[in-house]
Amino acid sequence: MAIFLTESSSVIVQGVTGSEGRKHTSRMLASGTRVVGGVTPGKGGQQVDFDGTGVPVFDGVAEAVAETGADVTVIFVPPRFAKSAVVEAIDAGIGLAVVITEGIPVHDTTGFWSYAQGRSTRIIGPNCPGLISPGKSNAGIIPADITQTGRIGLVSKSGTLTYQMMYELRDIGFSTAVGIGGDPVVGTTHIDCLQAFEDDPETDAVVMIGEIGGDAEERAAEFISAYMTKPVVGYVAGFTAPEGKTMGHAGAIVSGSAGTALAKQEALEAAGVRVGRTPSETAVLMREIAG
Amino acid sequence: MDLFEYQARDLFAQYDVPVLRGAVASTPEQARAAAEEIGGQVVIKAQVKTGGRGKAGGVKLADDPADAEAKARAILGMDIKGHTVHRVLVAQASDIAEEYYFCYLLDRSNRTFLAMASVEGGVEIELVAVEKPEALARIPIDAGTGVDAAKAREIVAAARFPESVVDQVVDVAQKLWTVFTGADATLVEVNPLVQDPRGKIIALDGKVTLDGNADFRHPEHAELDDAGAIDPLERAAVAKGLNYVKLDGEVGIIGNGAGLVMSTLDVVAYAGEQYGGVKPANFLDIGGGASAQVMADGLGIILSDPAVKSVFVNVFGGITACDEVATGIVQALAMLGSGDTVGEAERRAKPLVVRLDGNNVVEGRRILDEAAHDLVEQVDTMDGAARRAAELASRA
Repeated sequence: MAIFLTESSSVIVQGVTGSEGRKHTSRMLASGTRVVGGVTPGKGGQQVDFDGTGVPVFDGVAEAVAETGADVTVIFVPPRFAKSAVVEAIDAGIGLAVVITEGIPVHDTTGFWSYAQGRSTRIIGPNCPGLISPGKSNAGIIPADITQTGRIGLVSKSGTLTYQMMYELRDIGFSTAVGIGGDPVVGTTHIDCLQAFEDDPETDAVVMIGEIGGDAEERAAEFISAYMTKPVVGYVAGFTAPEGKTMGHAGAIVSGSAGTALAKQEALEAAGVRVGRTPSETAVLMREIAG
Repeated sequence: MDLFEYQARDLFAQYDVPVLRGAVASTPEQARAAAEEIGGQVVIKAQVKTGGRGKAGGVKLADDPADAEAKARAILGMDIKGHTVHRVLVAQASDIAEEYYFCYLLDRSNRTFLAMASVEGGVEIELVAVEKPEALARIPIDAGTGVDAAKAREIVAAARFPESVVDQVVDVAQKLWTVFTGADATLVEVNPLVQDPRGKIIALDGKVTLDGNADFRHPEHAELDDAGAIDPLERAAVAKGLNYVKLDGEVGIIGNGAGLVMSTLDVVAYAGEQYGGVKPANFLDIGGGASAQVMADGLGIILSDPAVKSVFVNVFGGITACDEVATGIVQALAMLGSGDTVGEAERRAKPLVVRLDGNNVVEGRRILDEAAHDLVEQVDTMDGAARRAAELASRA
């Protein structure tokens, strides 16, 4: 099962002929992902060769979906073209659009998010590492060799903290790890992932990694307390971040009293979530449950 | 990026939002000239990116150009909550009949935009929101449809603007929306939006935050950047294309990935509690694929910070290979040894604690072991390395 991404997922890559698209398509293929095609406007009909595997390139997403039956797209196109790439994916009716691109203007993100409402595409990201169901499929840039298949679910705003946590718990393994992205507006939230993990028979417990900015973690805490039966362990980054300074992620900024790490930790603990003070401490907490 | 009031005023003027005549001045003489140009009574307003400047004496009425020069002389150079006043806005003085509030902002929780408006403006809107929430109208704006005349009327009606100004506020609301979308803003706030004694609506003070991600379609935003106000180390980092934020501690931090670096700061601060309260000195994310040059640039910035007593390099090799990072560190130290950014003595005083994990970690650790640099010490875990870096900083 896993969530959002399984061994039967058929993946296309928008921006497959660019350097990032090419590099990560190769890695996705190497980790066993069924990459069935790529999209680069104007380069339809070409084939890109990845160590002997030829991936057909299409001019548009609709054509790629019609020809290959793809149900997942991973988007690597530069920020200025990202909105139209996502809208094109939504128009093609694809089930999952994973937007890796960093630096998309928030007016564009709210634009494609608004466009997706009432349509059939789930968006993950932007500015995210994507998601991996270890041993099954890998859609994005998460290294496939950090961990193995297991029964922990992971949802995180941050890429490298995702890797760190997967590494700490690599012997137990993960059903799916989702990097939802560090932008102020993202297509899939902590809550969406918590709900999916709750419903996934292959997931027994969830690690949730948050960071300063916004109130997604506080909302997730409310959700956990109301709906989750599976144990959740949490970690929040950014206790030392000063007010008004953006810490790398566009979304990681504390304004006024809102969005502090302490407020998030307290909300999670009030919902019965054990919160570690460091990533390693958090892994130890999870080990007590899932080990 | 937050704009100064005068920049917001100029932006409003470009989009036909009614504003008063005004000009920015960075010397008392310029303020006098501006007052002559505007004529009559003027207001001299300190340009700082913080609230409470009125209470601090940063806003003064001036009756004539000579008075404007005197008042500007008094305000320029003032310190308001840690912000030095480098410029003043000289604006036409206006009598005010009523003060309102109007803003558009990004509502990240609901992944949409929000209009907020109130007929109780001119005060801290946060207070209105808490004490009289019914007096602050909140209307969600769909990014796809935006604010047309009907939406503007809905906002204005919800906020119960007086009948006599409804048409004008509806017009201003639509124009402010064109500012919000046209300039790729995440906040456009007018406080106060005033009605003057003749019944005319004017945007008297504005606050605008622009989305840096949209800079590629706004070359004109480059000149709004207030480079002079940021920390010199931050300025040097920007020039090198590094993602750096200066903090006030003693342990220099370098890592890969924003989340991991944020976490590293916390882990160091946590460890520092046992070592005399040492804290992280900075945030520095070198991102993926750190080359020797990026590492050298980063180390150069951090080692030139006199507050730094020790450095913690924390890398989890995801896509980045640890052997490349290790090579980068060795090369960086060699480059810095002969470099121009820091002197040998200064450099030697600052030990480096390195924690590598992930992709090609064995080779990475071997490279550092082999280099056996007298300043570099490896620790296997993030928590252990943070403790060691904190300990070294506390001893220095």
